[in-house]
Amino acid sequence: MLSLKQRRSLNTLLMGVLAWGVALAIFFPIFWMLLTSFKTEIDAFATPPQLFFSPTLENYTLVNERSDYLHFAWNSVVVSFGSTIIGMMLAVPAAYSMAFFETKRTKGTLLWMLSTKMLPPVGVLVPIYLLFKDTGLLDTKTGLVIIYTLINLPIMIWMAYTYFKEIPKEVLEAARMDGSTLFQEIWRVLLPMSKGGLAATVLLSLILSWNEAFWSLNLTASEAAPLTALIASYSSPEGLFWAKLSAVSTLACAPILIFGWISQKQLVRGLSFGAVK
Amino acid sequence: MNNNRYLSAVMAVGMTAVASSAMAATKVTIGTVNNGDMVRMQGLSEEFEKLYPHIDLDWVVLEENVLRQRLTTDIATDGGQFDVMTIGMYEAPIWGEKGWLTPMKDLPADYDMADIFPSVLGGLSHNDTLYALPFYAESSMTFYRKDLFEANGLSMPDQPSWDQMKSFAEQLHKPEEDQYGICLRGKAGWGENMALITTMANAFGARWFDENWKPEFTGPEWQNAISFYVDLLGNYGPPGASSNGFNENLALFNSGKCAMWVDATVAGAFLTDETQSRVADQIGFALAPQQVTSKGSGWLWSWALAVPVSSDAKEAAKTFITWATSRAYSQLVEETYGIANVPPGTRTSTYNNAEYLEAAPFATRTLEAIGNADPNDSTLNPSPYVGVQFAAIPEFQSIATQVGKLISGALAGSMSVDHALKAAQSITLREMTRARYYSN
Repeated sequence: MLSLKQRRSLNTLLMGVLAWGVALAIFFPIFWMLLTSFKTEIDAFATPPQLFFSPTLENYTLVNERSDYLHFAWNSVVVSFGSTIIGMMLAVPAAYSMAFFETKRTKGTLLWMLSTKMLPPVGVLVPIYLLFKDTGLLDTKTGLVIIYTLINLPIMIWMAYTYFKEIPKEVLEAARMDGSTLFQEIWRVLLPMSKGGLAATVLLSLILSWNEAFWSLNLTASEAAPLTALIASYSSPEGLFWAKLSAVSTLACAPILIFGWISQKQLVRGLSFGAVK
Repeated sequence: MNNNRYLSAVMAVGMTAVASSAMAATKVTIGTVNNGDMVRMQGLSEEFEKLYPHIDLDWVVLEENVLRQRLTTDIATDGGQFDVMTIGMYEAPIWGEKGWLTPMKDLPADYDMADIFPSVLGGLSHNDTLYALPFYAESSMTFYRKDLFEANGLSMPDQPSWDQMKSFAEQLHKPEEDQYGICLRGKAGWGENMALITTMANAFGARWFDENWKPEFTGPEWQNAISFYVDLLGNYGPPGASSNGFNENLALFNSGKCAMWVDATVAGAFLTDETQSRVADQIGFALAPQQVTSKGSGWLWSWALAVPVSSDAKEAAKTFITWATSRAYSQLVEETYGIANVPPGTRTSTYNNAEYLEAAPFATRTLEAIGNADPNDSTLNPSPYVGVQFAAIPEFQSIATQVGKLISGALAGSMSVDHALKAAQSITLREMTRARYYSN
């Protein structure tokens, strides 16, 4: 018979093992991609898969020779940050009004916004393509910024709304009584109090925009194509390509992974500083 | 005086603007797939730009299915994003008929159209009008391990029958030694398993549609072909064959795990490449298997370059595709990358070159296979469609993908062959009725 203390230790141990297991399972595809990027094509396709092999940099050299990586990376940076900034500028006021001036239609509106995410994107491909063609937005970074802003906006509003709901109304009322304007109320009181949550929203929007492939492949050609389009160019119907594809995928993932890593500390700090409860 | 100066300045600025716009290079955007021949073409862009300094080439390389969707969206909406499109034998006649492609007329005399294989030109034409210039072409053939055949006292005929293939597979199948009798495509898709299965069905005397566009999946020919395929690959193929496409089988064969493989002739270049293949010096080549007929037993496909009517740089685009499919380009590839890398399957002159035949041991069989394939007469009984491993109608892509999933399911054991064929018949009938090929 285990004592309470022993049971607690066992639970902690089991939870730890489970957490590590889940973390490793999530990380494994990234690890395997990194490993494959240093293999030759024949090693990459070997069965059973090889864990030990002679590493080579030839895939990275080839990607560097064949593609203008910086051009694609710059496009990814511009469209991801551009759409996130514009998205936040729209999401914060929208979430503010919904969280603090709730009407009987607020819940319905929130659900309706989320429901737009349930529509398969291919269903609206042709109308959007025609719209972009007529407005000259095809293969432009502006076009991608607009589309990414629109597709991420429902999630950004939802997240900001959830964080704002946690903040007591009375704090904002007190600021108002002290003579704050609407802008000051949001800028000086609301945003500092919810910066941890908003930082998470920004990071999620950046990741979603960085990884988005459907619209970037369909609405761009050579000028505005981001890194997702570069990855797609290394898949081949005839011929071995896994090692090259892994190399280009590693290069495409690296910036956002590093950014996520760095901002992780800020996020945790922001979350603890933002807590008012 | 001041007015005159002002006028002169304005005129000078205007003339400079006109002159610089006249000198500005025309941008040609090329949508293409990622394969060895296309990558080499991209690598030789600079040579073209040196010859034609007023044309700038811009490349958009995409995975085949993504490219197909991207090009279809662009051309159907008159988007004008691409000046050159890489399309196949399936799209060329359909898009040509719809008036989406610029006819390839008035090509320069030194282009030597007579040098191109007539079957390839025929596959890229509609009503005798050519809509795309062939970059390379392929058929299908049988690859086999000469060492294993020799060790087992077997001999591969020039064109085996499927029954013979089964008998060879039975004798060479040794899964305990990681050696499988035969590798074939099993992955669902109109360009994956259905390419092979359609040629196999052709050999068994089947056809997709009768003269009145009625599907024939419930007939004995399809039943025999698919039962044979499922039995052959299920019993003598590698495990998980229903998810193997070209690349998976290529990797299996290259690592020495397949005794035989029936697939695209372009595989010959990969299999005999010592940097990729562990069995490079043991590869034998035969024609794709026949059964009750040899008609349509080997497919015909070409990747070709076309100019959409929506392009605003048609002349420059045509100049590029003429260069990229010319004999001079083949010469340039030979000088830069070696003769074995010349785009195969399009020009007679390539196969008249003894050096090429020596460098590419699969070349003679490729030539024979392409010569045998006739998209206008690919079935034992007459059929109303053009195409060997496909029917060149807009509905085929969707229908064949659905049928491909059913047959892949039968191979994986999730349904019977009977069930798969009945479902295929029902889907195809519904789609063809909806497309008004006939009314009930």
